[in-house]
Amino acid sequence: MATPALEFSDVTLIFDNVVALDRVSFRVHPGDSLVILGAAASGKSVLLKLALGLLQPDAGEIYLFGEQISRMSEADLLPYRQQVGMVFQESALFDSLTVFDNVAYPLVNRDGGSAAEPDDVAPRVLEALRFVELEHAVDKLPSELSGGMRRRVAIARAIVGEPRLVLYDSPTAGLDPITAHTIVTLILKERDTAGVTSLIVTHRLQNAHLVTNFRYDSDSGDLVPAAAAPASRTELLVLRQGRVAFRGSQQELALEQDAYVRKFVMKR
Amino acid sequence: MAFSLGDSLQRAVWVVQEFMLLGGRAIAGIFRRPHYWSDVLIQMDIIGVGSLPIVVLTGFFAGAVLALQMFDTLATFGASAQTGTMVSLSLVLEMGPVLTSLMVAGRNSAGMASELGSMAVTEQIDAMRALGTDPVLKLVTPRLLATIVVLPLLTVIADFVGIFGGSVIAYFFIRLTPTQYWTSSYRELDFADVAQGLSKPFLFAFSVALVGCYCGMKTRGGTQGVGRSTTQAVVSASILIFVLDFLITKLFVHA
Repeated sequence: MATPALEFSDVTLIFDNVVALDRVSFRVHPGDSLVILGAAASGKSVLLKLALGLLQPDAGEIYLFGEQISRMSEADLLPYRQQVGMVFQESALFDSLTVFDNVAYPLVNRDGGSAAEPDDVAPRVLEALRFVELEHAVDKLPSELSGGMRRRVAIARAIVGEPRLVLYDSPTAGLDPITAHTIVTLILKERDTAGVTSLIVTHRLQNAHLVTNFRYDSDSGDLVPAAAAPASRTELLVLRQGRVAFRGSQQELALEQDAYVRKFVMKR
Repeated sequence: MAFSLGDSLQRAVWVVQEFMLLGGRAIAGIFRRPHYWSDVLIQMDIIGVGSLPIVVLTGFFAGAVLALQMFDTLATFGASAQTGTMVSLSLVLEMGPVLTSLMVAGRNSAGMASELGSMAVTEQIDAMRALGTDPVLKLVTPRLLATIVVLPLLTVIADFVGIFGGSVIAYFFIRLTPTQYWTSSYRELDFADVAQGLSKPFLFAFSVALVGCYCGMKTRGGTQGVGRSTTQAVVSASILIFVLDFLITKLFVHA
């Protein structure tokens, strides 16, 4: 079997004597998706930051593309981070830069001599913005955009460097249902057209349902039900106060007997 | 009590260690690729050109006040002709570097702390790291480099404008001729004075830039945290300027 794109092995993280993650283990294989569900403060966001080396675990190992990153220095981590895209919860766009400059940022500011050629930047930025259908907003500042548009710019910025893995931190939080659907469509579009591995943190079970059972259809430009044996597999992981309460497929989640998981599934 | 004192000490040592590490990485960044030259130029414009009006104003009035005070004292000894010497020495050695650095600290350490603090609380610094850039090289080193270049230049301007301010007072109120004033002003200045006067802003620049950036990058706790960091940056940078001023003066005076 191919090397997992991302693997957590008994990862523990403690903040000021509070256990944020407690012996969390999982694997995501290239091209697959992992949907991480959980209530607020269950450790979902810190899990993504650990995956990118923005935080270091107190115990356990994290492997990104087969390399152990949990003890790496900031400088050694940079080439690995350049292969990963991340969409932050509040988008984290650079508010003093225009939409164009935000999306161009990873191409022109990369360390280690891997910055794109100047002539190459504009076409790639426009292509990424076209992907999220925002090519008309290139000169706008983030403060002039709606919440949904900011998320779409954040997605464009995350994918412009053609990453192998994209991490989405609550990409639909605080959005209306139509905009949320648009965002999920873009996530699946990136997964199904570029074949990237996706880690999606969310508290909406509906998102997990869409990611598991639908695929992006480039002809209609919308989501259509996936085939019985889809090319991309989706696993669900439910976190409860930093611990893995459930890990498995959507069918297994429906049959799960754990009281917390059942309550989580029923309430959402 | 003992426990909380120990905690405070531990925290203070930790802050100093973190500050030194950030300073070390920012200084190393000056000699390491990639260099963000456009950011350095933008910061030189913000810190240098932006601070020019307040530096000119404070320099002028500091020189004018010095001339008034010095004349009053020197007149008692019948040495009012030495007003220019006293004004220029006081400005070049102390008032110019310290006042300029304090003004720039108030303006730019605060600015850096609030800008970087806002970026920290909105995850923009994490985003920068996630996008494969080192925030120290991108944010701290350009600010440090720009401050190192512009603070001595601003001090030279403040010194000159201050001596000019003194000359206005000397001409209109003390009735010294411009030749008398300016000759006595530059005649007593030797190389060691100028070296001391310029080494100060050079070293104060580290305090202004690094304290501002450190307070900004360590900001936690939303907008309230940004406000706290901004205040902390101005207070800490100002105190550090006075401590460094004492140490440098001691080094030059009793070398």
